[in-house]
Amino acid sequence: MTQQNRLQSGGRIDRSKPLTFTYNGKQFSGFQGDTLASAMLANGIDVVGRSFKYSRPRGIVACGAEEPNAVLQLGATEATQVPNVRATQQELFNGLVSASTNGWPSVDNDVMGLMGKVGGSMMPPGFYYKTFMFPQSLWDTYESMIRKAAGLGRSPLESDPDTYDNVNQHCDVMIVGAGPAGLAAALTAARGGARVIIADEQNEFGGSLLNTKETLDGKPAAEWVNAVVAELATFEDVMMLPRSTVNGYHDHNFVTIHERCTDHLADIAPVNQARQKLHRVRAKWVVLATGAHERPLVFSNNDVPGCMVSNAVSTYINRYGVVPGNELVLMTTNDYGYQAALDWDDAGRKVVAIVDTRASGCGARAEEARKRGLNIITGSAVIEVQGSKRVSGVSVAAISADGGKVIGSVTKLKTDTVASSGGWSPVIHLSSHTGSRPTWDDKIVGFVPGPTVQKQLTAGGINGQYDTAVALKQGFDAGQKALTETGLSAAEVVLPKAETLKSDTPMTLFHIPHIKPTSAAPKQFVDYQTDVTAAGIEVACREGYESIEHVKRYTAMGFGTDQGKLGNINGMAVAAKALNKTIPETGTTIFRPNYTPISFGAIAGRNCGSLFDPERYSAMHKWHVEHGAKFEDVGQWKRPWYFPQGNETMQESLDRECLAVRDSVGILDASTLGKIDVQGKDAREFLGRVYSNAWAKLAVGKCRYGLMCGEDGMVFDDGVSACLGDNHFVMTTTTGGAARVLEWLEIYHQTEWPELEVYFNTVTDHWSTLTISGPNSRKLLSELTDYDLSNDNFKFMDWKQMKVAGVPARVFRISFTGELSFEINVQANYGTHVWEKLFEAGKKYNLTPYGTETMHILRAEKGFIIAGQDTDGSVHPYDLGMGWCVSNQKPFSYIGKRGMNREDCVRPNRKQLVGLKTKDPKAVIPEGAQAVLDPKAPIPMPMEGHVTSSYWSANLGHSIAMGFIKGGLDKMGETVFYPLADGTVIEAEICSPIFLDPKGERQNV
Amino acid sequence: MFHIYCPHCAEYREEEEFHAAGQAHIPRPLDPEACSDKEWGEYMFFRKNPRGIHHELWVHAAGCRKFFNMTRNTQTYEIKEVYKIGEQPSVVAE
Repeated sequence: MTQQNRLQSGGRIDRSKPLTFTYNGKQFSGFQGDTLASAMLANGIDVVGRSFKYSRPRGIVACGAEEPNAVLQLGATEATQVPNVRATQQELFNGLVSASTNGWPSVDNDVMGLMGKVGGSMMPPGFYYKTFMFPQSLWDTYESMIRKAAGLGRSPLESDPDTYDNVNQHCDVMIVGAGPAGLAAALTAARGGARVIIADEQNEFGGSLLNTKETLDGKPAAEWVNAVVAELATFEDVMMLPRSTVNGYHDHNFVTIHERCTDHLADIAPVNQARQKLHRVRAKWVVLATGAHERPLVFSNNDVPGCMVSNAVSTYINRYGVVPGNELVLMTTNDYGYQAALDWDDAGRKVVAIVDTRASGCGARAEEARKRGLNIITGSAVIEVQGSKRVSGVSVAAISADGGKVIGSVTKLKTDTVASSGGWSPVIHLSSHTGSRPTWDDKIVGFVPGPTVQKQLTAGGINGQYDTAVALKQGFDAGQKALTETGLSAAEVVLPKAETLKSDTPMTLFHIPHIKPTSAAPKQFVDYQTDVTAAGIEVACREGYESIEHVKRYTAMGFGTDQGKLGNINGMAVAAKALNKTIPETGTTIFRPNYTPISFGAIAGRNCGSLFDPERYSAMHKWHVEHGAKFEDVGQWKRPWYFPQGNETMQESLDRECLAVRDSVGILDASTLGKIDVQGKDAREFLGRVYSNAWAKLAVGKCRYGLMCGEDGMVFDDGVSACLGDNHFVMTTTTGGAARVLEWLEIYHQTEWPELEVYFNTVTDHWSTLTISGPNSRKLLSELTDYDLSNDNFKFMDWKQMKVAGVPARVFRISFTGELSFEINVQANYGTHVWEKLFEAGKKYNLTPYGTETMHILRAEKGFIIAGQDTDGSVHPYDLGMGWCVSNQKPFSYIGKRGMNREDCVRPNRKQLVGLKTKDPKAVIPEGAQAVLDPKAPIPMPMEGHVTSSYWSANLGHSIAMGFIKGGLDKMGETVFYPLADGTVIEAEICSPIFLDPKGERQNV
Repeated sequence: MFHIYCPHCAEYREEEEFHAAGQAHIPRPLDPEACSDKEWGEYMFFRKNPRGIHHELWVHAAGCRKFFNMTRNTQTYEIKEVYKIGEQPSVVAE
């Protein structure tokens, strides 16, 4: 297909390398060096999307990150779909597949567009608030309609085939932007010996110098760029990152850079290459040389395809050899704007008129235009555009000197392209990210970076300095300053000589008047992407929104994926005029990271899939896997959940495991329990202060269960500690609580009681813990040890040092199942050996491995709590019916004592933990179910408590549950009801939570 | 990425080794039983939320496991100083 708008020569494209690409299913061609946008313009594609709210056809208006309309969907396959790609920033590659994102059924024939034509009355600002909020019950319906109608692209439905990387970097000087200012700064800093990173969002360095016909030292500017880039490449400590957008500037000079490594090559990254990288940079100094974006003017129908900012017109001509139309009308408030007309004229196409809003233009460019005999209409403005899918003409009229109203008659001109320039807006986004408020500068008619606490320097366009000579000098100065500040010595750099064009005073004008009042004039767009008009902003102000932040939220101005890069200042100006304030009084909204959209892939890097979170395994993990265990995540641990055999259902496995333990013997891998070694002459005193019960008299060789409370008296962890020696204990914690408990001990020791001589160390991973439980556990263990395991020699709650299966072991006779139990602790690397020896000997006892779920059931049969399941930070030991585990005799006011005596903690009718026996023995109450006294009470029913643990007990032949009931300990035998979501109600009797062996005889044999 | 000076290790270490543990200089009352519910509640729950200079407790969790104090500006996030438990800050709010 022909590229009708492509020039025969010129630009930085390679005409010897043609490329093909697809847009909305049709094939087009372009060249190496094109962006998707320049290739689309070369092919005469006018409509690139439909607008968000009014569904008006939209075309390309800009040439970089600020583009609001050409936001496309990319991807040749489902897995490679990428939304939110600005065609102006996407380099063309062979086979690129793109599609517009708005418009149904298509961008060219859009049903929703009718709605836009019906006009403003149907969709006023605040439209969503006003229209869709009531009745609230219909919101879901509205939402799906709105989503279908609006939407800016979609995420892929399949997994991303590419890999992404996160990289940490440190440097002396981070330079953002590689235009004249950035390059001068980089060269200076590099020559001074600094570690430099310079990043630029474009595919090559040079910034504005790539788009112009300017010369440096009398030669094309690109030659200087090439020389600088070549020199920078010779420095070992300089990292150059093209195609890298600095997306965020955070505190402490932390900068995030989104590098698109292979997005310009193909749909999928080449093998073994990361598609994108997120560089996380910590810089001593940051130089912002981010340049400026040109502001379009706001006039009626300024969104018709063919309306562009003037600088974009120049860029497409000079850099890509594309003239985006045949005839040009240019409207400008300043001398820079004339450049587009000069470039258009150079390209050999017709300049219909240059409309200067000022009484006269006397800058160098204006004079050149005059010399060429171009038609210049001064003191006038383009007040309206004609056309729908492409500009067909404009209305021009004289305006008052302040730009406030139309004063002359209207002339119509025929044209297909309208360029406008309202001056430049410095790209201050990054400087705002750290909380610095921008400052308005009347001279440059724009915001510049405000005061900051960051070690930040700025140079060039961001300061409102648009002359290349000034930008170079400011870049050099920033480089020198960074060198001095980082303790390096100044560098020598001779800057090239730039042409300085005579400029003149720009006019401060944003919003072009119309013969009709703004409210009645054809739509004058401020923010293209969110469809915000000047009239809309006026309405918002009239309806009482005075703060610019409120106007923003009411109208949605600046809420698009472009963050209103083109429109925000114009919007503020319109609001300021409506509020009768100045722009600085109105203020600006705050830009936030990210500067341009970033993929989730780049943020996640390698932190996905199996690398998302570390997994912890016990020493016997391999055995569990080989024996078909299903696993459960407990903290970072993978714990066996249950061990299904054959075609067993989960419940069948649990029943079998539960019965095996109570009938013979089972084994649990309890290695994941937290283990903290506590030593020192004050270890015993310390335990007494952090546990609610007494520790003073625990003899060497004994174990004791303890509850750990917060200062508020609420239980937060529990476990058994063993006294290994007078000055030596080993504490166990819950699996998930280990790290928290260790820190808890440390903080009290270090900040409150440093006088206590005590030391803590985590030994969780040092030990494998194998718990055998059941009536045959003693017989089993005796086959692997010579030690006398008789009840006389080795009592319940004792621990003994012995050899088990030939290796040294600490065996604790404690029980979480209520059965005779031995917890065998061996050095972790002996774990599997002992585990396997137990199975060899255990065959005749039907030794059965069980997991966490069976452990939960068995302990619930005994009414033992699990901290974190039966506690939630709002229950103290008495609420749990565990007053036996609280000592009031201890001289020291241990942690939790004062807290659990607060007024609210001792009041009657607190929720207390009780057992629940369902009337229907087969009914298992869902955990979390709420208790009520009267299931027929009107909704909302008064709630009496909830269920925390609930299981089917194969041993008992009925369900068992534990839960909280208000005043429950005094309500034994009473009935409560659990109404469920499906309308059924489970009736239960309040009982003791100890369902099995209430006297504890089974563990004491 | 970001380096924080640990006064116990006496060197700058990676920020990911540290975490904050709330406001500093909140001593546990020496005689909790003598505290009214209100006093105990203030000790447990009430914390400052200043704009500007703030003294915080930090811990070198993945390092020496020691706690220390840090004076930080909550507005600029600038770390003014670090000092050991039991020491007093030299930078204080005006």
